[in-house]
Amino acid sequence: MATASVSGGREKELWRRLGDVNDPELDEPVTEMGFVERAAVTSDGSVEIDFRLPTYWCSPNFAFLMLDGVRKALDQLSWSPAYRVKLHDHMFADEVNRGMGAGKTFSDIFAVLAEDQDLGALRETFGMKAFKRRQEAVLRGLREHGLTDREILGMDLPAYDVARFEAGEATKQQPRYRAALLERFPDRRADHPVFVTWEGQIIPPTALSAHLAELRSVRINMEFNGALCRGLKQTRYKELDVVDGEPTLVDFILDRVPAGTAPTA
Amino acid sequence: MYRTPEGKDIFIVDGHTHFWDGSPENQKNIHGKQFIECFYAYHTGLSPKDQLWEKSKFEKYSADDLYRDLFIDGPDDVAIVQSTYLKDFYKNGFNTIERNAEVAKRYPERFIVNGAFDPRDGEKALEYIHFLKETYDVKGVKMYTAEWNGASKGWKLTDPDAYKCFELCDKLGIKNIHVHKGPTIIPLSKDAFDVHDVDYAATDFQNLNWIIEHCGLPRLDDFCWIATQETNVYGGLAVALPFIHARPRYFGEVIAELLFWIGPEKILFGSDYAIWTPRWLVEKFWAYQIPEDIAAERGVQLTDEIKEKILGLNAARLYNIDVEAKKKALASSPFSIAAE
Repeated sequence: MATASVSGGREKELWRRLGDVNDPELDEPVTEMGFVERAAVTSDGSVEIDFRLPTYWCSPNFAFLMLDGVRKALDQLSWSPAYRVKLHDHMFADEVNRGMGAGKTFSDIFAVLAEDQDLGALRETFGMKAFKRRQEAVLRGLREHGLTDREILGMDLPAYDVARFEAGEATKQQPRYRAALLERFPDRRADHPVFVTWEGQIIPPTALSAHLAELRSVRINMEFNGALCRGLKQTRYKELDVVDGEPTLVDFILDRVPAGTAPTA
Repeated sequence: MYRTPEGKDIFIVDGHTHFWDGSPENQKNIHGKQFIECFYAYHTGLSPKDQLWEKSKFEKYSADDLYRDLFIDGPDDVAIVQSTYLKDFYKNGFNTIERNAEVAKRYPERFIVNGAFDPRDGEKALEYIHFLKETYDVKGVKMYTAEWNGASKGWKLTDPDAYKCFELCDKLGIKNIHVHKGPTIIPLSKDAFDVHDVDYAATDFQNLNWIIEHCGLPRLDDFCWIATQETNVYGGLAVALPFIHARPRYFGEVIAELLFWIGPEKILFGSDYAIWTPRWLVEKFWAYQIPEDIAAERGVQLTDEIKEKILGLNAARLYNIDVEAKKKALASSPFSIAAE
């Protein structure tokens, strides 16, 4: 992190952008999963990313979706740098790296292997799972906070935005559910209920418990993958450690710094 | 036998164990190296710290290690040892039936050795099933639908070649079909984990028992739905159970779903040895209670009676083990004396 003080602004922007890239299967930021092993801004402003997944066997389509997300995130950087993204230690690392470098699509890279895979449909499936997982966390958070089912389901966006939770998963997911909702229903009216099904149906208060049971089953599957991936990742590669007890730039960006020393947003 | 803190003896059938050789000497290529490393990462990722093994032991452990971990230090009465060939990755295979039969030979009353075949081998698969029956008198097989074979990147239980194999299994009395539906090796798409082929196969082969290893996770909801409809579909707890240590609340959600949907008669214990050892799994499972809010939402309880079924009685039923007779036989075997 010797360059942090020189190009700190750009590095911060870089990590913030990378933090918006999710593992599609887990709906968790790739930065939090520790998949971005290194992200550096060189002296000429170009960007280098080293990316490493939990196992050699991770599905190539997921690897591709994530790297494509990284590519899009880098395209949004304010100084429009040249960049190099490298996937390490994956069974298809060479194919992916060559293909990404040439700006190819998934089906170009995996012409033979991909067969009839439709990444668009896969993206939509993951979009739905993320929507449900985020919604469940917020719904449970509101229930724990003591709101009745009727109050929760009557909530519109302005009320949602000022709702408060105990610290934890619900707090983390509040803005993420909002983003998923607006992406799913861009034309929704602000006074419409915030909690609807993925299909856009209103949820009556009597149906909330059944609805939550369905959402829970979605989360159980996602959490299984997430927990395994974290375990595998930790074992396979040493996690970024705090240097000499001092937090690094990455720690600040990922909110790993105890309150009091963290810069306020 | 597991003796509970209250002094009750619980009969244990470990439904999922291995005796593999993943050592560098046996690795054929980078895939072999990465395969055992992935297993090792599962081991270190979910085991309690005091249960961790050195990598070299994990790659290749001895027959004595296995006896000790399962039966002497461990609580297993009977272990079902599954075969996984992976001959494209390992020179002598990963854990072939020959290797498993050899380890079982010393204590035959304690082992059930299962075979494996690949329906995509066509006629050869059918011949091989005959060979398995005649040579090893197998009662079960382990299927791995996501395995690559030449140009094929996986198969379905409903493929015509697979149906021919299952017809033969049915005819020969190979009744227990263990199907790996869980974390997968080299899936091109994780949605190729799909468990829906189980639904058709289980309907069409009512005489066979379909034990879905890892309960279809990460497709638990689909698995539960199918296992609820089909009376001959069971769930194996391997890989799900170790979460009891690392993430106990999460395990509570999984077991509550299973109890709610498929009920206590159709859930089978499995350690997945040597990824995990059975002792700590059984101890923690016996001590475990589903968190109250989860139990209340689903209206289920994990009682001692249910635990006893999951830990052994359910599998004993599938493999026609007479539990009382087996207990007596094991109590008088020299092995048991060495264990005391």
